[in-house]
Amino acid sequence: MTKTVERTRNSSVPARSFIRWIDRLKQFSADDFFEVSSTAFAAIVVVILALMSVVLTRGAYPVFDKFGIGFVFGSDWSAVAGREVYGALPYILGTSVTSAIAMIVGVPISLGIAIFLAEMAPGSIRNPMSQLIELLAAVPSVIYGFWGLFVFRFWIVDWIETPLSRYFGTIPVFQGTPFGLDILTAGLILAIMIIPTVSSISKEAMMAVPSSQREAAYSIGATRWEVVRTGVLNYSRSGIFGATILGLGRAVGETMAVTMVIGNATGMAAFPRSFLQSGQTLSSLIANEFGEAAPGSLLLSSLIGLGLILFAFALIINVSAQLMVWKVLRVKGRVE
Amino acid sequence: MGSGSRRFKDKLAYGLGMLCIAVATVPLFSILFEVVRNGIGAISFQFLTSPPGVFGQASGGIANAIQGTIILLALASAIAVPFGLLSGVYLAEFGDNGYGRTVRFLNDVLSEFPSIVIGILVYSIIVLAMGGFSTTAGAIALSIIMLPIITRTTEESIKLVPSSIRDAGLALGIRRWRATISIVLSTARGGVITGILLAIARVSGETAPLLLTVLGSSFFFNGLNQPVAALPLTIYRDANVPYAFARQQGWGAALVLILMVLGLNIGVRLATSGRYKFLRSRV
Repeated sequence: MTKTVERTRNSSVPARSFIRWIDRLKQFSADDFFEVSSTAFAAIVVVILALMSVVLTRGAYPVFDKFGIGFVFGSDWSAVAGREVYGALPYILGTSVTSAIAMIVGVPISLGIAIFLAEMAPGSIRNPMSQLIELLAAVPSVIYGFWGLFVFRFWIVDWIETPLSRYFGTIPVFQGTPFGLDILTAGLILAIMIIPTVSSISKEAMMAVPSSQREAAYSIGATRWEVVRTGVLNYSRSGIFGATILGLGRAVGETMAVTMVIGNATGMAAFPRSFLQSGQTLSSLIANEFGEAAPGSLLLSSLIGLGLILFAFALIINVSAQLMVWKVLRVKGRVE
Repeated sequence: MGSGSRRFKDKLAYGLGMLCIAVATVPLFSILFEVVRNGIGAISFQFLTSPPGVFGQASGGIANAIQGTIILLALASAIAVPFGLLSGVYLAEFGDNGYGRTVRFLNDVLSEFPSIVIGILVYSIIVLAMGGFSTTAGAIALSIIMLPIITRTTEESIKLVPSSIRDAGLALGIRRWRATISIVLSTARGGVITGILLAIARVSGETAPLLLTVLGSSFFFNGLNQPVAALPLTIYRDANVPYAFARQQGWGAALVLILMVLGLNIGVRLATSGRYKFLRSRV
């Protein structure tokens, strides 16, 4: 009994929905076509990110198949046929150390700029100064690298590394010859490069703080700095934190400038022990060795493996940063 | 005592803020100064109109790199603009649902993604499939970097168009798609074009994805399936060659590139005089 009922229902449902579908199709207008096609075009972003994860995982498969998790925690790097061995640890650490230097140096400067421009600067210089700082973001990274290699490097050698190695050279992290093509220079050039990102987004976050916050503080006699500290910074905390994380994302992914000044060590030599030693980051090793990797080789697979690790870092960093700045910036963009 | 030290702290904060600005602008001015100082000597008619000479000799120029960069930018724009425009229109017009929010979020994530990872993606699906480095692959890589910028700026510019303008069009009885394209998009034109120009400025200096997709070349453009030269690649290669002449060529190429990029940026800023400020904060 029940079987017959089910069968009739099953046969009628597709038939009915098919008729409804035909009806819809008849009414399908240019407007529907517009909505459907723009929906399809919008999917391109989803497709790109999905493709990226599939392609990187597939490309990295051979190297993970051969070395397993040892690829992530190994330190040796040799493309000699028959004795091939690849380990990503020195470059993961290289990326971490250079990005850490960039954050430690770059974030306080960026926050100083943001506070000054959002809260303290007289109106007449606020706009030109903001524009000037934003121009730093427009300079291509290969030009940062070229300038780093022929100009900035010598500032670092003369003013930072020579004194460091003279007075603190016995401390392990400052050991090495002050040469300028090393982890410290790479970290400092990254610090310059993240300043426009971190400062302009923190500034936006601070400017989005309702003026009632400031007025409340001023009304009980606070100075400008006290207003910033008690009213503004507290209120815009999550936006500032998000801006910082976005800066970290830039530092982790930056390639050319780092490649040109970090000295490009490989294997155990790239393991970061001192600021004054040449190193290597995930992205710089990919840029350096990609030209030598033949299609289908294990070297290519290991470089794509480094890309996969970088992809994972970037995804985690950017997703958390977007979640934090999302509210502040999106809401503001709409109101303006 | 309290008031004095409080006022001192306030002054100190002000001074530190100025100091931070000074510290950040030193590299900018130094880069501009050095690029102009060292690059100006390289600029000549020959430099701008001939391809590189024999390796190691002091002859030739960067004409092929300028040509290659222009071709790559034109192709990348031809791919990225339609996708970016329609995605932006979708997000602004229909994007107020789960799918729209997902697209918007992923778009923001992609816009901050390391460009070298995009290079690996294009290498794996285009270069390997086509059997070699090519202009097409480079243009696709650049277009993927441009896409999220154009999408976002299009969406934000459309949202600025007052709904009364659209309603006026709809009241005349035209279709919604017609109202969106002829009325809303054309009202938002300024913002959309700003976004496209900023996207072009952003990718014209991209180097890492090009290393993995077009490789570079010493010759003029030779077909879509062949490698091509580009200004950023020339700068990178010249930095690694131990000849004084190559270094000077590199500074010259850097001068041309920076004039292009900053010209676009400053031009857009002056032309829009702060109207589309919100578009810039994240580009």
